[in-house]
Amino acid sequence: MIPQHFNNNQMIPAITFKNNGINFKEKAFKKTLTLSAIVAVIILIAIFFTLLINSFPSLKALGTGFFYDKTWDPVADEYGALPFLVGTLLTSFLALIISTPFSIAVSIFLGEYYKKGIVAETFKNVIDLLAGIPSVIYGFWGLFVLVPIVRIIEMKLNVPPYGVGIFTSSIILAIMILPFSVSLSRQVISMVPDHLKEAAYSLGATRFEVITKIIIPYTKSGLFAGLLLALGRALGETMAVTMLIGNTHLIPTGIFSPGNTMASVIANEFSEATGKLYTSALIEMGLFLFVVATVINIIGKQIIKRFTL
Amino acid sequence: MEIRKTGLIHIGHSNNEIEKQIAHRNKKNKWFKGVIIAATIISTLPLLFILFYIFRQGISAINWQFLTDLPKPVGEAGGGVSNALVGSILILLVSCLIAIPVGVVIGIYLSEETKSRLAYYCRLAVDVLQGIPSIVIGIIIYEWIVRPMGGFSAFSGSVALALMMLPSIIKSTEETLKLLPESLKEASLALGVPYYKTMLKVIVPTGLSGILTGVILSISRVIGETAPLLFTAFGSPFMTTDIFKPMSSLPLIIFNYATSPYEDWHELAWGASMLLILMILILNIISKIVQRKWKVQF
Amino acid sequence: MESAILKVRNFNAFFGDNQVLKNINLDIDKNNVWAIMGPSGCGKTTFIRCINRMHELTPNARAEGSMQLNGEEVYEMNPVLLRRKVGMVFQRPNPFPTMSIYDNVIAGYILNGIKLNKQQKDEIVETSLRRAALWMEVRSTLHKKGTFLSGGQQQRLCIARALSMNPEILLLDEATSALDPVSTAKIEELIHELKAQYTILMVTHNMQQAARVSDKTAFFYLGELIEADNTKTIFTNPKHEKTQDYIRGHF
Repeated sequence: MIPQHFNNNQMIPAITFKNNGINFKEKAFKKTLTLSAIVAVIILIAIFFTLLINSFPSLKALGTGFFYDKTWDPVADEYGALPFLVGTLLTSFLALIISTPFSIAVSIFLGEYYKKGIVAETFKNVIDLLAGIPSVIYGFWGLFVLVPIVRIIEMKLNVPPYGVGIFTSSIILAIMILPFSVSLSRQVISMVPDHLKEAAYSLGATRFEVITKIIIPYTKSGLFAGLLLALGRALGETMAVTMLIGNTHLIPTGIFSPGNTMASVIANEFSEATGKLYTSALIEMGLFLFVVATVINIIGKQIIKRFTL
Repeated sequence: MEIRKTGLIHIGHSNNEIEKQIAHRNKKNKWFKGVIIAATIISTLPLLFILFYIFRQGISAINWQFLTDLPKPVGEAGGGVSNALVGSILILLVSCLIAIPVGVVIGIYLSEETKSRLAYYCRLAVDVLQGIPSIVIGIIIYEWIVRPMGGFSAFSGSVALALMMLPSIIKSTEETLKLLPESLKEASLALGVPYYKTMLKVIVPTGLSGILTGVILSISRVIGETAPLLFTAFGSPFMTTDIFKPMSSLPLIIFNYATSPYEDWHELAWGASMLLILMILILNIISKIVQRKWKVQF
Repeated sequence: MESAILKVRNFNAFFGDNQVLKNINLDIDKNNVWAIMGPSGCGKTTFIRCINRMHELTPNARAEGSMQLNGEEVYEMNPVLLRRKVGMVFQRPNPFPTMSIYDNVIAGYILNGIKLNKQQKDEIVETSLRRAALWMEVRSTLHKKGTFLSGGQQQRLCIARALSMNPEILLLDEATSALDPVSTAKIEELIHELKAQYTILMVTHNMQQAARVSDKTAFFYLGELIEADNTKTIFTNPKHEKTQDYIRGHF
């Protein structure tokens, strides 16, 4: 294995290489790779089945009534998740409604008006930072800054000044999901082919008209996917919402009333849940969240795939 | 882009009307831009408010005591978050030990296999995993680890966080390696270097900066996660380094103290929040430096 | 009397159902420079990639037939060990970006975990770089990264890297296509010197280059080997009509 001494005129002598079990190592490596991929799939299947199996007790006992029973009373062993379903849907959709105009505006800002340069970089970083703030800190800030403000608004509107409630959580959710829809929407807007825009300009269109009549229609599905992904995030968001929603078991009567979401109920009650049915009911809500989030996620990603082809 | 007047003859409209129309469109154009800019600035205000508020509240809480003391019982002034700080770091360390090797290997697989069925399902699994709400991950790990183990533990918290780190590590590894030119692999294979060594000694080291960036970013994302720890690591008032016992962590104490009625604890929570945000900021800066300095040229 | 270092018999290569090499029979003799030429898609690159079994790395690629390297059946050898005996230089220079020039030259040893002491390493590096006509230009910057060299220098580095393994055959896959004329000329000069010690097969689509540099030429067309002979003969007195057409530029 050791080369002999040689000078410039000689050929570099042949070096005999040992086999050293190459075939075995090659096969082992390739098998490890394949195995790891299988592990990923298995983990996901296991997650689904864990949720499903642990929901059986409550699925059997409560059936579909689970979703339109409005009484959640662990003491009496009654589990109706309607209040939380309503809370989840209300907060998520309200958050989406509040955040959408802003997210589209920011996407247009970063995707069309300010694509490069210091302004673009600064705002891009700001949006990234918004995405990086932990949920619990959003909740903390919301408790001490948003809640007093909302209380004042509620007093002015002659509504019970809880401060916490659906409205407050929706606002914080709107702020939290903004970066997610922006990151996707900005990309699709900036990828509109120049020649389309230039054709419109050469016909005498203003920038506003190009944006509203060319860019937005062209990126419609991408923008929709961005909103869908943001919705998915909102549905599963836990900590900030838990801290700001008021945590009651009653169906919210208006946007200023307190409420609860499925995620926050799980967060609040899971570690103290006693009894099979109680735990199972909570896990069933987890299953519901899993399924809905997954469906939204996959639809969103399918739209993106079709868009980028 | 504004419209300029030209000598247009529009059938049925007088010159005056055309001018008015153009002026109106130009005005709309300017207004629109203004609205967009205003909306963008409004969207960034929350960030400023939050950062400003946290810094203002938190800065007074942070001192040496804060970092080295254990939390004191209610009523006693002072106290610190040392156990939470240590806990956060320890839990993260263990989750990195789990998530990084697994994530990089899966990322290598996906970057090499694009057409097989397994690759399709694997990618699907990773996408779905990425979208699972963090509280559901907490439930899963509770059923998989906490119950069989008979109690809460930092280890279960680490596994939960590792599950959350996996998708982003896998994706960034896959994307980094896919960007490397095929000729790199061929150069190594043509030298008689076996495939496994080509991947491990040439491809992965060349893509190291991208992989590392992905790892650092995924750490910065899970360091603030609370929900998955609620019923896994659970939290603890004691300082412990035993990963098989419950352990405190920064996000957990922020949650507990913020929702408590005690002023002292609120102060600690502000300090902890500032600490957490600083850590996240530093991680992000480090990732940008790694991305720039270690970038390999071709 | 020249001996054949590579004997190809009844060789066929496929991509899935598409046959890209049809019944190739060829003897490559030692210490010659062979030009492998033909129009785009004729199979010339596939042919040399079959010699070091890089062809089969493409999914759905396969080969049938016999290739004997110094009497050993190529398709029965361990491909990894085979590739250590055959050197290849690619169209685009591809030095390893994370390694220094020094390490790039002996990359074949480093990556295969073969331990050499400093003296051995230095000798191999210097000899290989001298053989690749690169030593004088990089002797003082051996520890800089390989990617900071110019295109032509990078390619010579890749040649040095291939030479350090002491290959029996050196395969050049359009190795000068991506380079400027000056670098191309330097490398052509190099090839001329190298043939004393190595057997070289160079794929080229540049007929003038083939005529300048090679001793023998093989002309491929649509996967078939049309003609293989001394370069002079091929260019002045080709025996096949297709070869004639190609030389005259009728493709």
